[in-house]
Amino acid sequence: MWVFPALVVATLSSWLLGIEGGGMSTPIGCAVVTIALIKVRVVGLHFMELRNAPTALRGAFEVYVVVTGAVLLALHLT
Amino acid sequence: MTATAARTKHIPGESGLWVFLFGDMIMFSVFFGFVAVLHGRHPAMFRASQQALHPGLGLLNTLLLLTASALVVRGLRHLRTGRPARTLPWALLCALGFAAIKGSEYALVIRAGHTPSSNDFFMYYFVFTGIHLAHLTIGLGALTVLVVLSRRPSLGPGKLLLAEGAAAYWHMVDLLWLLLFPLFYLVA
Repeated sequence: MWVFPALVVATLSSWLLGIEGGGMSTPIGCAVVTIALIKVRVVGLHFMELRNAPTALRGAFEVYVVVTGAVLLALHLT
Repeated sequence: MTATAARTKHIPGESGLWVFLFGDMIMFSVFFGFVAVLHGRHPAMFRASQQALHPGLGLLNTLLLLTASALVVRGLRHLRTGRPARTLPWALLCALGFAAIKGSEYALVIRAGHTPSSNDFFMYYFVFTGIHLAHLTIGLGALTVLVVLSRRPSLGPGKLLLAEGAAAYWHMVDLLWLLLFPLFYLVA
């Protein structure tokens, strides 16, 4: 029940950070990317039902989110 | 792991589908990396080019995809329990709305004089969001399959697996946009 409203709130928050906040600073950029990664994880676990998937499948998804996030944040910070 | 937990573990859709889904997701992660590298190397060009996009339309499209996904979740739940899945045609409508808005934005950007050959930003923008739009078009097919299945009085295990796979594909389309949107529109 909480998933859809949470995703909408997160979307609007990152919008405000990116547009109203200027999106020009590195911390804001990192915050926007981090919110997007959290939303990706929520969609994967709750909408794609990976939270109830076998450990290997769920683990592969968790690794995907962590690696994608680490690479994006590292590229954004350098 | 308890016996109950072991029983509830379930792969949505055909297991082979997930190889394809992860392949697509990894391909898009490489795209995301290209965008981030471009942003790092040419921040001024990136910001200037970004001004030609229409973030309001991007936000609207994000909300449409999230709404479609939530409607698919509810629809799939109803399909499993044999109830009428009336939310699925609305999900299809949201997906069509996304395609129409994306097409409109392409037209606005091109009319403003920006094409894939203008610079690397616009090349990435048109190519990566275009590939995503191609995925969304396949997603329209997946949603149509779900709508057709919802017309049946009940679904056997095979059809239910098909419905789960179609739903998982649709959610992947949503998931990929959730990263494309901030990288192109919000991170300046």
